[in-house]
Amino acid sequence: MNIMNKAKVVLLISLSITASGCSSLGVEPWERDLLSKKEMTLTASPIDSALDDHIYFSKEASSGGKGFGGGGCGCN
Amino acid sequence: MMRNKADNKNIKAALTIATAALLGGNSTVSAETVNSTDDSAWEFDSAFLFYSEADRVSASEAIFNAKKTFEDDEVLNLKLTVDALTGASANGAVAQPNVQTFTRPSGNGQYDVAPGDTPLDDTFRDTRVQINGQWTQTVADDLTASGGVHLSKEYDYLSLGINGNLAIDFDRKNTTFSLGFSYFQDTFTPEGGIPKPFASMLIGDSSDPGWDEEFAKTRIGSEDDKTTTDILLGITQVINRRMIMQFNYSYSMVDGYLTDPFKIMTVVDNDGLAQDYVYESRPDSRVKQSFYAQSLYHFDTTVLDVSYRYMWDDWEITSHTIDSRFRIPLSDSFGTESYLQPHFRFYQQGAADFYRPFMMENDPKPAFASADYRIGEMTAYTLGIKYGRLINNGHELSFRLEYYRQTPTDAGFDEPGVLKEVELYPSIDAIIAQVTYSF
Repeated sequence: MNIMNKAKVVLLISLSITASGCSSLGVEPWERDLLSKKEMTLTASPIDSALDDHIYFSKEASSGGKGFGGGGCGCN
Repeated sequence: MMRNKADNKNIKAALTIATAALLGGNSTVSAETVNSTDDSAWEFDSAFLFYSEADRVSASEAIFNAKKTFEDDEVLNLKLTVDALTGASANGAVAQPNVQTFTRPSGNGQYDVAPGDTPLDDTFRDTRVQINGQWTQTVADDLTASGGVHLSKEYDYLSLGINGNLAIDFDRKNTTFSLGFSYFQDTFTPEGGIPKPFASMLIGDSSDPGWDEEFAKTRIGSEDDKTTTDILLGITQVINRRMIMQFNYSYSMVDGYLTDPFKIMTVVDNDGLAQDYVYESRPDSRVKQSFYAQSLYHFDTTVLDVSYRYMWDDWEITSHTIDSRFRIPLSDSFGTESYLQPHFRFYQQGAADFYRPFMMENDPKPAFASADYRIGEMTAYTLGIKYGRLINNGHELSFRLEYYRQTPTDAGFDEPGVLKEVELYPSIDAIIAQVTYSF
């Protein structure tokens, strides 16, 4: 329970930082030169991510987090 | 160069026709019409990965991904994955000072393990085909919806899945809230059937007339299934011109058959000597939750990508994962762009409350127990490097080479007698090599 509460606190803090900081955060549409590059996307290489997810899903007890961690194969 | 360019175009045109035909579209579409339409409409990624553990499992995996962006920014993504697995896998039993004999999961035949060796079952061999389809489109101003289907088939396993996602943009698209849902239905039909929890592994002569009947007594059925329901909540926030962050919370419920039918446990006496091998047993539900944070930062030329995940579940497993990549562009030479990308990943997990490396003969039988090191205490790290090169027409060729090491650790279990002399927590080393071509 303690761990769960801790994680909730972390989540709430990050959410409130995001929400309260909105006025000073962000860019204008013409300032997106760097952000629009492929290497600045959150999943810059979906193929690498898919292959990695499959390896770690079958070798470790954790999965998902960034995306869905559900079923898919009998490897675990 | 001109010839290359023309060849590339022809390959792409041929694949475009093939994909259109597979989709049930107009299969009489000609190369001319494809060439006359926007050549960038379809994007293809192909990759081949080889994974190999020292003395254990090796796997080959190929992915082919086709993505089409339509005029209204609707995106169709189709992915085909094929993989093949061969080699040896830990069966869950502990090493002993003498030769050990085990029965194969199918019940047909035995295998021996040398003194001091971690028992590995070398019969693993499987081929898997997976198909994914995903449709993404804008449904209203600042609102994007996505839906997908998943099918994965192995010799002894079938997985069907659906997913849906909604994303809402705020503040000049600097903030995005997303809500996702996915549901999987899996059916497991292991060769030899589903073993009875804690039943003793039958060891003897499998050609004996009474063998099949005796073996059947250790089974409770031929197949079982499980469902997985995931909910994912996320926020993406642009911090400034150089930085973007993402925070996710995920909740995952898994119900049904979560035991590994191929895993056993050694039952030892006070001297640590094996008296029996029993099939493992896990609870029939698991609730996993995780918190995930990721940040991308663009320096003058390089890009740093760092993420952290904290996972916890009701099996009392907790884990920390740090994953980082640093993209370094190399100076342009002969008009081509290339980059190097070092990769570092660190993973640490605690053991499930029912994990134990072996069972003691005189201890009361627990409700659940498993000696699968993958739910035991463990640290792992990955070190890798990727080299990518942009070639003509925006095509990209990349190579990735990684080293992955898993170090299972002792969570404080007493080791009676001979178990002090053998390796109970062997490390696993693996090499990952990948080639990707995007066009």
